[in-house]
Amino acid sequence: MSQRVIVLGGGTGGTLVANRLRRIFDAEELEILVVDQDDRHVYQPGLLFVPFGLSHTDDIVRPRSQQLSHDIGFVEAAVDGVDIQANSVNLVDGRTLDYDVLVVASGAVLLPEETQGLTGPGWMERVFTFYSPEGAAALEGALAKFDGGRLVVNVVDMPIKCPVAPLEFYFLADWYFRERGIRDRVSLTYVTPLDAAFTKPIASRQLGGMREEKDIELVTEFNTGEVDGEGGRLVAYDGREVPFDLGVVVPLHGGAEYIGRSPGLGDALNFVPTDEHTLQSRTAPNIFVIGDAANVPASKAGSVTHFEGETVVANIRHFLADEPLVDNFDGHANCFIETGFGKALLIDFNYDTEPLPGHFPGRVGLPLLKESRLNHLGKLMLQWFYWHSLLPGRDIPGMGSAMPTAGKPRELIRK
Amino acid sequence: MSTATIADTPVELNDEGFFVNPEQWTESMADELARREGIDELTSAHWTVIRFMRSEYFDKGTGPTVRVLGKSSGISVKELYQLFPKGPAKVAARIAGIPKPRGCI
Ligand SMILES: Cc1cc2nc3c(=O)[nH]c(=O)nc-3n(C[C@H](O)[C@H](O)[C@H](O)COP(=O)(O)OP(=O)(O)OC[C@H]3O[C@@H](n4cnc5c(N)ncnc54)[C@H](O)[C@@H]3O)c2cc1C
Repeated sequence: MSQRVIVLGGGTGGTLVANRLRRIFDAEELEILVVDQDDRHVYQPGLLFVPFGLSHTDDIVRPRSQQLSHDIGFVEAAVDGVDIQANSVNLVDGRTLDYDVLVVASGAVLLPEETQGLTGPGWMERVFTFYSPEGAAALEGALAKFDGGRLVVNVVDMPIKCPVAPLEFYFLADWYFRERGIRDRVSLTYVTPLDAAFTKPIASRQLGGMREEKDIELVTEFNTGEVDGEGGRLVAYDGREVPFDLGVVVPLHGGAEYIGRSPGLGDALNFVPTDEHTLQSRTAPNIFVIGDAANVPASKAGSVTHFEGETVVANIRHFLADEPLVDNFDGHANCFIETGFGKALLIDFNYDTEPLPGHFPGRVGLPLLKESRLNHLGKLMLQWFYWHSLLPGRDIPGMGSAMPTAGKPRELIRK
Repeated sequence: MSTATIADTPVELNDEGFFVNPEQWTESMADELARREGIDELTSAHWTVIRFMRSEYFDKGTGPTVRVLGKSSGISVKELYQLFPKGPAKVAARIAGIPKPRGCI
């Protein structure tokens, strides 16, 4: 008898899992349904470039349904909740769908309204975010008009998607204002809740040096309690203030709201408690989690989502065949960091090993933790890979899911 | 790592002053640990947070972040900063005798 997998979310993770599953199961064996609230798939890494006029929102959006191979059902509807006991999904339009296996791939949502003042006066006038297509497009206009003053980039709190994106934003802002010949009239400040610009020590040192060279100030351990758009101030819970003329804020993130309406499914922030090596939810054995929706201690990044795909698909197959699961996901992340002037840096790491210098994927390859033009080209090529290789669920030649170790200093690799 | 004497009992602390073995902690140590953090008197609100930190740690393997504390301890983030001005998650973790809350990556 045919069984049914329902995938909640048709973004990066949902699309690649559905396509990979379709390749190993015939339509008679397994029905696959992908549910998403809209039919606009955004290539989110492209949002970084929009404020600087290097990309446009039209160029980074494609229909979700077209990214799914034939024989995958696409349901355009918002999820209202999951009934874990009944193995069913309730849609906002009143329909109910039953599943044998559920894949939660509903990502993370932005919660700007959870920070006092953020969406009040000045929002989208003097305070922006580049984390949404609307925000990134509006910020492009504001940056074009900005001809001097204090630009402040603030992360309200972790976790956020792509924790390096705010760093890339200030590197690109430095480049942008230099190109316009007004860098001397602009002060750039990065305000973070962390105790350094980045969480991992070796990369933090390298990135910190570059930040200083580019004359970008750093304010650490700043827990934003209020954003006063009208007065142009960030106010921390401990009373500290940072003034700005233009504020670029990465709002709080949480899991999708329906998770909070599904008893037992999520944690306090609506992320789903998940085994970090098997990617099976801790809630129910027939629920698997991929991408930003999981509360595993890995970066919320498309690369992580991509590497998780192999384990999630293998384990759905094992689960349906009543076999033991594999526990081989290692937390692998691989991120290009744009540093401006046509260069980028590459970092590659997992749960146990922090980003190290060396080369990727082997002794010959892209330089790690070092600025290069090649890495910038790599970042630009990602968009093509995303639509043509990552979403269809193909492996990238020469690159497995586990973190490669060949091009890294052996003594620093932790097992 | 070093050994400190808290309430006449030797305990292991790491370089940042967090307990290495949360089992070594007893309630009678809290007052002295709080004074080391510049908090003269622990109120019942402080204790709500301390107990919550410990139960989350033993439940989930890591203490909560400030945001999770604000959402689930019943005490708002604003009040948490009034109780632990130097940073609720870290300071409360030191007083509650648990390792540094594993932030997010
Ligand atoms: C500015 C920016 C830059 C980034 N740069 C990079 C980068 O350089 N490299 C990198 O690796 N990653 C980057 N990322 C992160 C990357 O885009 C995400 O980690 C990745 O897309 C996560 O995939 P996902 O499937 O978990 O979530 P998503 O792709 O976000 O998909 C979630 C889907 O769930 C749907 N959904 C949510 N709630 C419901 C509901 N109630 N009903 C129905 N559907 C619902 C949504 O509509 C969405 O389509 C960046 C992100 C941002 C914002």
